[in-house]
Amino acid sequence: MRFYATYLAQRLGQFLLVVFIGINLTYLITHLTPIDPVEQSIAAVTSFGNTSPEAIGAMRQSLRELYGLTGAPHEQYLAFWRRIATADFGPSLSAFPTPVSTLIARALPWTIGLLATATLLTWVLGNLLGGLAGYYQNKKSLKLLAIIAMGLHPVPYYIVAFVLLVMFGYLWPLLPIAGGKAMNLGNELSLAVVLSILKHSILPALSLLLVGLGGWFLGMRSLVSNIVSEDYVVYAELAGVDRRRILGSYVMRNALLPQVTGLALSLGAIFNGAIITEQVFGYPGVGSLLVSGVYAGDYGLVLGVATVSIIGVSTAVLIIDLLYPLLDPRVRTA
Amino acid sequence: MTAKTANIEAERQAAATHAEPVLRVEGLKAYYRTRHFGVERDVKAVDGVSFEVRDYEIYGLAGESSSGKSTLLKAIAAAMRPPLQVVGGTVRLRFLQASKSIHAASPAELAALRWRKLSYIMQGSMSALNPVRRVRRSFEDFAARHLGGSGASFEARVIEHLHLVRLDKSVLDAYPHELSGGMRQRVTIALATICRPDLVIADEPTTALDVVVQKDVLDMLRDVARQTRASLLLVTHDLGVHAYLTDRLGIMYGGRLVEEAPTEQLFRAPQHPYAKHLIASLPRIGQEAPKVTLPGGPPNLAEPPSGCRFHPRCPLAMDRCRRETPEMTEVAPQHRVACFAVGGPA
Amino acid sequence: MLTTLRDLLRYNPEFRIGAVLLGLVVGMAALSFVSPYAPLDTFVVAPDVPPSWQHPFGTTSRGQDVFWLLTFAIRNTLSFGILVAVLSRLLSLLIGLVAGYKGGWVDRVLMAINDTFIAIPLFPILVLFYFVLRDAMSWTALAVIMALLGWAYDARLIRALALSLKSREFTYTGLFSGMTTREVLVREHLPYVMPIVFATTMNNMNWSIGLEVTLSVLGFTDINSPTVGGMIYWANQHTALVAGVWWWIAFPVFLVVLLFIGLFLLAVSMNEHIDPRSRLRRMGAEGGA
Repeated sequence: MRFYATYLAQRLGQFLLVVFIGINLTYLITHLTPIDPVEQSIAAVTSFGNTSPEAIGAMRQSLRELYGLTGAPHEQYLAFWRRIATADFGPSLSAFPTPVSTLIARALPWTIGLLATATLLTWVLGNLLGGLAGYYQNKKSLKLLAIIAMGLHPVPYYIVAFVLLVMFGYLWPLLPIAGGKAMNLGNELSLAVVLSILKHSILPALSLLLVGLGGWFLGMRSLVSNIVSEDYVVYAELAGVDRRRILGSYVMRNALLPQVTGLALSLGAIFNGAIITEQVFGYPGVGSLLVSGVYAGDYGLVLGVATVSIIGVSTAVLIIDLLYPLLDPRVRTA
Repeated sequence: MTAKTANIEAERQAAATHAEPVLRVEGLKAYYRTRHFGVERDVKAVDGVSFEVRDYEIYGLAGESSSGKSTLLKAIAAAMRPPLQVVGGTVRLRFLQASKSIHAASPAELAALRWRKLSYIMQGSMSALNPVRRVRRSFEDFAARHLGGSGASFEARVIEHLHLVRLDKSVLDAYPHELSGGMRQRVTIALATICRPDLVIADEPTTALDVVVQKDVLDMLRDVARQTRASLLLVTHDLGVHAYLTDRLGIMYGGRLVEEAPTEQLFRAPQHPYAKHLIASLPRIGQEAPKVTLPGGPPNLAEPPSGCRFHPRCPLAMDRCRRETPEMTEVAPQHRVACFAVGGPA
Repeated sequence: MLTTLRDLLRYNPEFRIGAVLLGLVVGMAALSFVSPYAPLDTFVVAPDVPPSWQHPFGTTSRGQDVFWLLTFAIRNTLSFGILVAVLSRLLSLLIGLVAGYKGGWVDRVLMAINDTFIAIPLFPILVLFYFVLRDAMSWTALAVIMALLGWAYDARLIRALALSLKSREFTYTGLFSGMTTREVLVREHLPYVMPIVFATTMNNMNWSIGLEVTLSVLGFTDINSPTVGGMIYWANQHTALVAGVWWWIAFPVFLVVLLFIGLFLLAVSMNEHIDPRSRLRRMGAEGGA
């Protein structure tokens, strides 16, 4: 147990480091802006007409702090961190005067829902199929799957999403291609709403699945091909242990360990993909929010989403890291 | 044959329950066939080996690395993966339908005899056990289907068997990496013998262990084999282990068997030039004369020397040795040699 | 290294296909030098013409020949990818080798930073860069930024290689027989490092070009010099699909997908070739039963 405490501390430390460096990175980036962004944004808002002076004042204040423009340098830095820590990104420009944090809070569940389900599905399915392909090396169907996987995997998320959009939006309009749920439905937890949500998530999830599957498939297949020549697998085969038991408890169980680590490492990339996919399908998650924020020149929103992304992904990585010792007994005792 | 050897043989015959040998290998050939980047190559790791292992016997196989002994074991246990292939010869087991080579057995027959009649102790048993499962599970996976019985009765049998190798039942709840090398090896021995197989094949069972633990494990191996009435086929390059444990010993060189005799006799009076050299190279207390090394190196099994594999390095090499391959011939009771120069075929 | 490439080309079908695809794409890019139209000119030909003999890939709504525009687009995209790959090779080699060879606390610190860059989701950061820099973000600037962000994954691979090379016997043999450290690095270690650098370069190009296409499609890059993503952006701006001008999007997508698959196949086959365990399996599988 003492070892686990050390391990926990290490992982926690790494988590804090990632968040720290990430947030600092965003701080540095904002200082690259060559012109005074605050007054520009204010001008854009006031051009709409009837906005109260207090709201404008709050906007100006928050923008100046978020851009790190108020006070002495160290005050700027501290003010920035204070805002980040309290998730106070000020009012949103594009949805003035709704606070950015509200917008993000509304969008986040959609993203987490889509991302978590799609990623888990892809990982499990990819590893399962890849494991079978690696163990039963002569099955034609699995070889065909490998070729398809190799063809789809390198294509970036955007293109796959776009092709799916064209296919199911214009050519065979079977599935909804925009929105998180049908627009005329409310927010209650009824069957109709849930079904609508599921229906709308099919295309985005499918697009994430198609790209991601190949990676896990190929990786697992290669891992399994190597593991079958490991001593303990050969030994179990020599002992005539049931083949399915070997595949499950000896081969897959050991091959999954590096794949869990791999999942933690690729969360950043998967998140990138999810953002883009949301944008293509107009899915109301933080991805769409980010892009619309850029188009609207809404700095608070863009910064907010970037920050939340960093923290979110790091948290997910931390959770996976903490779960790993449960799977690998060798890590439990130093 | 000396008196001691005769005694050992008499003892064995008295204790044996079968007159027929448990294993008979005839003319076995197993090659690694590779085709890579357009180059085809056959590495003739085992090239015509014949011997038998009798009931209640500990038979040893010795030879340097690349002599083919590990490949031979894989071929005997039908544990081959490409690029290794059996190219000729037969491997007959007493408990498998007579006059049928193991390689002709159906998967069902193989499954029935694996572990129940024929078991295997692995080389470098560091990784012989699944690292993510407790020892108890390995016993269940390997033996439960043969021994049957309820969970409780099975476990009782396992614990009872563990006593033979002097292991406490707490070992069952451990993960492999939590055990020391010696303990892991003893677990492997227990695992290999729990179903009371007729033949146990052991591949370098003590190589990874330090000397003190080695003796312990060897004693254990012999005791367990005797008590479960199993024959043991022991492969190691360590001649000291052979001297300590085996009843009969075969020496391999370049994928072939070159000499075979009761162990004590082989050590006392080796006939084949290679065997002579091996035995002479063993350090003896009090010996002061410097050792002479054999010229040359082990043969390249992809392009082995013609005729007798040893002839390029042999002090007694004749022209015949280059042209013809010597067969194993009996030069004394139980004592076979494959050499033209030493009472081989005329 | 060259003999390895030649052997792979001859005997490894995946490598061959990858090389062919890459060759096609590079060929397209090379054609840009003989293009009859300048890349930034608009309305030089009739707009919205479907693929025909005169315009094999059709024309855009802005009056540009899709085929010749694509040659420039793919050339720019490729050059961008190569630039990022070269810059980030330097970084990942430097950090990976230093971490691997030095070990100790240097290694630990570098790897902690390395893992940070792997975990941080890069897309929001890049968007933030664009947001702040806007027109100041030239292609070179973007390439530099991506190189500074994208070295982490490969650095780890190179570090693993350095660790294993450091303790191999032939290293000690070289040092003890009087070779200088530099000689050991160049003569003994380089043949092992080159294949990995090759494979990671292919992967890195896929990554950077993928990001570039994604950013361009959203309009987050300098959309005035033509790139593949840029073409798709303009096509979307002109609602090409709705207007039925499908060739404006289809051909760039098709070509860039060929590029991605080609690079991927090269990387995968090289990786498999390097891995000694898979090599034995492949040698055996081809020969005999």
